[in-house]
Amino acid sequence: MNNNIIEVKNLGKKYTINHHRGNYVALRDVLTAIIKRPLFFLKKKAKEIAGIDTKEDFWALKDVSFNIEPGEVVGVIGRNGAGKSTLLKILTGITPPTTGEIKMKGKVASLLEVGTGFHPELTGRENIFLNGAILGMTKREILRNFDSIVKFAEIEKFLDTPVKYYSSGMYVRLAFSVASHMEPDVLLVDEVLAVGDTEFQKKCLGKMEEVTNKQGRTILFVSHNLSAIKRLCKKTILLEKGMVKMFDTTEKVIGHYLSISTQNAVNNFEFDQNKKAQVTRVSIKNKNDNFNSQIPIEEKFYIEIDFEVLKQTKAILSILFFSEGDILLLSSESDKDATIREYLPGKYKTKVTVPSHLFNVGMYFFEIRIHRPGVELIDFKQNINFEIKDSNDNPHSIIFNGEHSGKIATILDYQTKKIND
Amino acid sequence: MTNVTIIKPKKVLSLRDFKELWDYKELLYFFVWRDFKVRYKQTIIGIGWAIFQPFMTMVVFSIFFGKLLKIPSDGVPYPIFVYTGLLFWQFFSSALSETSNVLISNQAIITKVYFPRLILPLSSVATKLVDFAIASVILAGMMVYYGYTPHLSGLFILPLLLAITFMASVGGGLFLAAINVKYRDVRYVLPFFIQILMFLTPVIYPASIAGKYSWILAFNPMMGVIQSARAGILGTAPINWTLIGISFMACAVLLAIGVIYFKKVERYFADIA
Repeated sequence: MNNNIIEVKNLGKKYTINHHRGNYVALRDVLTAIIKRPLFFLKKKAKEIAGIDTKEDFWALKDVSFNIEPGEVVGVIGRNGAGKSTLLKILTGITPPTTGEIKMKGKVASLLEVGTGFHPELTGRENIFLNGAILGMTKREILRNFDSIVKFAEIEKFLDTPVKYYSSGMYVRLAFSVASHMEPDVLLVDEVLAVGDTEFQKKCLGKMEEVTNKQGRTILFVSHNLSAIKRLCKKTILLEKGMVKMFDTTEKVIGHYLSISTQNAVNNFEFDQNKKAQVTRVSIKNKNDNFNSQIPIEEKFYIEIDFEVLKQTKAILSILFFSEGDILLLSSESDKDATIREYLPGKYKTKVTVPSHLFNVGMYFFEIRIHRPGVELIDFKQNINFEIKDSNDNPHSIIFNGEHSGKIATILDYQTKKIND
Repeated sequence: MTNVTIIKPKKVLSLRDFKELWDYKELLYFFVWRDFKVRYKQTIIGIGWAIFQPFMTMVVFSIFFGKLLKIPSDGVPYPIFVYTGLLFWQFFSSALSETSNVLISNQAIITKVYFPRLILPLSSVATKLVDFAIASVILAGMMVYYGYTPHLSGLFILPLLLAITFMASVGGGLFLAAINVKYRDVRYVLPFFIQILMFLTPVIYPASIAGKYSWILAFNPMMGVIQSARAGILGTAPINWTLIGISFMACAVLLAIGVIYFKKVERYFADIA
């Protein structure tokens, strides 16, 4: 009898491509297809039944196995599409696996989003009960923690106001507060900290730390935020193309991850019909307008953002630059004039110029956001990376021998005069 | 740490599903509670809406079908006759159309949290049951107005009739909900389909006009329900137990098909939603 609290064995998840894209079909189309080409349809059905279907399969997860002991806090990292979210969705039971088995001991709770099921018409008090129940708390648990939830969220005065009148800050605070009062043995957490402002993220991280340290809970934490992973998790799983690439101490895994990250200059993103605006493609171009994500330090480069607006909205496009999880720079299109643009439906392309010598030699990540600061995060795409390279004709590297330290490489102007005789 | 969660590739249906449903009964309660709260906050006339809808329909039907067309009503005042039918019919039709949309309207929750998905359709039908209770107050009022004494025997079969209606709307609703996730254009056809079904069901006319073939109509579960409700409560005819039996069987089959199809499609709701 082993001691593992989570056992994952040979887990696999297969999507046929049309499921995976999230496309749904219209019955009308299916019917017309049958009427127009009945033989073709029959043949296709027969093939499907016989299993010699031509549909393309896609394994989002393949042969994933790992064990986690009680009280461990384990991070899960990987590039977009590596299977992180799929793994979490299977662990939480939202979608069943195609192969393999998972055993988890004790009460399992998941937190894939804060405020799931919040209803704008209901009051704060009512939403605490509703959200709590959806998250799997019993009425008794909610009642026991009620005062503490209200206190942490700091909404005492607005307890009986419908949440549609709440500021976005209050809304998120309440949502997180309910979620953080879950009392499971195993907690599965996804990207929750991606919402809210930096201040709030700090508060959440603090609370998460408290939860992990004090109560000895087992937590699986999926995130792009490497600094959060570093802070919270002792061990980390690195997923790559649906498989476990590495499972070791966080330090080792993050180090490895940063070093192997492939250099993709063009990043395409899946289209989501439900978002009113979204980034569809982000590419990195060098000074000659060629796709390249390895940029010599002395050259400027461009970030090209393609986005599509489906519903008219006010929004700002922002880029957050990270290095090992710390924010280096938050840059917005509104930085110059401090106004929020009104975007009409349509396709847009933005070209951002990043000056030379801004970042020092090294690996950087950035995140694109379409948002209304403090109001709503419409879309965000994370984990796009580029590398600043040292090159031979860089005069600085001659002097510093490539050992120029720090993250920023801006060249400052030095004017020295001799002022005594 | 007593309970162990095991996640495996899913079978279509197992006994565990029903046990799980029981474990989540509190969430079912919360969903009904939510729908109800929201409903009566959003509409200004509040509870009035649950009464207003069948009442106005009854008034319009009474004027056109009762007064002008003189449709027979088995010797009962036409408003009472038609309202009894409408009461059950609207419970069934509103539950059916609500349930068929339930997975789409709760998409945000379905893709983020796990709970037995069967809870959602069940809760929306249960919500309609509360509407039914409110609307039946009007029937009592009308009986007082017309000086009509209800037959006590009818009140005994009321729970049975409600159970059949419940089963029929859950069964049909589950089936439609699952189809709706797969084929998103089904919901546009549904209102039309429900309307046609109303005319095939003896809501505005007595089943007696079908004569000796009325037993065929009994395969439409709602026909048996409405017919028996009138027979029981209004005493238009002796209660026909064969009819109720056929309706009950038809419902049970509908429910079984609905549950099995729903469970079959349930596996990939979260993937295609």
